[in-house]
Amino acid sequence: MSPKTFLAFIGPSIVMMVLFIALPLASVLKQSFYVTQPVYEILEVETCTPNFTGQVCVVDIKTIPIIGEDGIMKTKTSFVGFLNYQNVLEFPRVITAFANNSWQQFMAIDFWKALRFTLSFTLITLPLVLFFGLVIALCINNVAKSIRGPVIFISLLPMIITPVIGALAIRWLFIGDGILTAFLEWWLVRDIAMFGQAWTIELMMMFYRVWHVAPFAGIVFYAALQTVNQDTVESAIIDGASRWQKLRYVILPHLMPLIVFVTLIHLMDSYRVFEEVVGFSSQAHVISLQWLTYDFLMLDQTGNRSISRASASAMLTMIGIILLLIPVLRGVWIDYKGKRL
Amino acid sequence: MTIKKIATTIAISLISSSIWAGCAFENNTELKSLTAGFDAWKAVTNSMAECGNVTSTLDQDFKDKQPDAFAANPSLYQIGGVSNGTMVPLLNAGTIRPLDDLVSKYGGHLKPSQLIKVNGKIMAIAMMVNNQHFMYREDVLSEFRIAVPTTYDEVLAAAATIAKYDVVDYPLGGTYKAGWNLGEEFINMYLGNGGSFFGEGNSPSINNATGIASLETMKDLTAYMDPEYLVSDSTYVQQQFQQGKVAMANLWASRAGAMDNAEESQVVGKVIMSSAPTGSARASSTNWWDGIVLATNMTDEQADAAFQVVMEGLDTEMVQANNDAAVWLIDGYVAGAAAAGAIATADNGAAPYPSSSPGMGAMHTALGNGIAAFLTGDKDAATALADIEAAYTIAATESGLM
Repeated sequence: MSPKTFLAFIGPSIVMMVLFIALPLASVLKQSFYVTQPVYEILEVETCTPNFTGQVCVVDIKTIPIIGEDGIMKTKTSFVGFLNYQNVLEFPRVITAFANNSWQQFMAIDFWKALRFTLSFTLITLPLVLFFGLVIALCINNVAKSIRGPVIFISLLPMIITPVIGALAIRWLFIGDGILTAFLEWWLVRDIAMFGQAWTIELMMMFYRVWHVAPFAGIVFYAALQTVNQDTVESAIIDGASRWQKLRYVILPHLMPLIVFVTLIHLMDSYRVFEEVVGFSSQAHVISLQWLTYDFLMLDQTGNRSISRASASAMLTMIGIILLLIPVLRGVWIDYKGKRL
Repeated sequence: MTIKKIATTIAISLISSSIWAGCAFENNTELKSLTAGFDAWKAVTNSMAECGNVTSTLDQDFKDKQPDAFAANPSLYQIGGVSNGTMVPLLNAGTIRPLDDLVSKYGGHLKPSQLIKVNGKIMAIAMMVNNQHFMYREDVLSEFRIAVPTTYDEVLAAAATIAKYDVVDYPLGGTYKAGWNLGEEFINMYLGNGGSFFGEGNSPSINNATGIASLETMKDLTAYMDPEYLVSDSTYVQQQFQQGKVAMANLWASRAGAMDNAEESQVVGKVIMSSAPTGSARASSTNWWDGIVLATNMTDEQADAAFQVVMEGLDTEMVQANNDAAVWLIDGYVAGAAAAGAIATADNGAAPYPSSSPGMGAMHTALGNGIAAFLTGDKDAATALADIEAAYTIAATESGLM
């Protein structure tokens, strides 16, 4: 392919990526070093409101934002350096926690609490997704051709369902006296509250994620299984390889690039875990980094939102994903270089 | 958020027919409204729709949409439903208009108490008042000869008695869902004990004996609740009541009518409303009002039509048809049994929700996020309150209040 044709093909997507990925990222990065505040004035305000018996008027001294002549709130933006990052990371409290040798105090800080959950969620679900993905792929590959279509369709269903809806469906199975909780209570003859403590909620969130993502891994692996070299498989059988040896020494090496691919995708996706926190309303017990960003962004009752801290937290999430991906990408790179030599 | 959201998104009603039965004039201007989704708003928006060309969105998460939607020019909605808390961001941003002219033109019949005035200008028309008050299963309490509790110590004693017998799943229900609901529960309790949230210059002042006592009471109460209390919101507690699973709870007055709704309740006639238990200073509850505002960013003709539609929505006919849906401020309302608790709570001195404090939004958020760690036993009360103050301070400093 001539460089010109190559550019013509790739040009539009580069423009799109700059426009919709690079520029927004740059603006978030800039935002994370600035703070924008309304300009306030302190005024005496009389407010009259109803109560149950009549009307009450009170005069208060209030801090009120000034509205400019164009009808828009006046704001001022100032450069604050790494202040927003400090406010998210809260290092002084981290140091105190370490000085006291207290894990509990460390986990009381929102960012680190969220990081703990996000990391354990990502790293625990990853091997499960790969394992169940492989199991699904092997199952599909081994069923009779005539029913393979319907089996693929059914195994893909969890992936098709919108994440929030799927999380809500699982929530309804377990919350209060939901069907499955009622069944577990009947089976174990004891009172069970799945939403009463952190570890059961975490378990449900991980179960949900594996249920949701394993079909994707399954379908990718299934596609790769179609291209396994049948001659190699046959010679392995002639050499007396067992089923397990066939899988271990012929099929898995063939699937390796795709296992790396699924790992990359899953690391990126599950580090941004969010739907589960909302779907299971787990914020009392566990929060994730993405939820923390969302919480900063939400308006509070007086209409303020912490955009600067949200930007800082978003940047930190991105840095976290990059750090997680480095070992995997490094492996791919070494592999690639080895093949070229 | 999610359950309510789904229910209310489904409940979004799109009515733009030319039916104007029950409406004194025919509305020819396209109007849109954004309000909360509980029963009272269903009644009001249905009544407004009778004038024709009104599209109503009922959404329990309206407060997240309203500030931005009203800041657009022209505004995305002409009519907004607010409460004393949610009016503040609109007022601060100048996106709602003064209504004095319109009131003198079309609103002669409004009661003076319905006119919300800020610095002498009418900024909203109130339609109802609301607070959280005590509801109890009359049959359960009389079976065990328990007097109606009036303080939290009595509530705890009653709960301990009921817990000994197998009549209900849990003696108490509570809207303790982490986030806004949990923050509101603490605010009720803390104000009931006579606390105040702010010191000089919007600085926080909750880490004190009153704050600790309020938290301890909350924790004592949770021992008698469904262990999943940190995910129960108003709708969940209402359903627990309706299904006979709880015997007592502090719940919004706007939910009282649902107890006697034979279509969904198994305890019709058995739930009685009384005052919120009192703390050391006053009833542990806050008074709210709900009402209607009009956007700044629309033409005067639109505003004229919108105000007339609102007047139709808030008329006596609507109140008479939906008397028990709320404690209405509108002429024609007859306070029934469902309102007894709300009124008794107000009589016991419940404070208005302190929405006029500029830091209250950040404080409510910090409380809602921070209290759960104490209830689950991760932190002691003083640490939890100190952490909440720290979270508030960061947020208030970032928004320039401190």
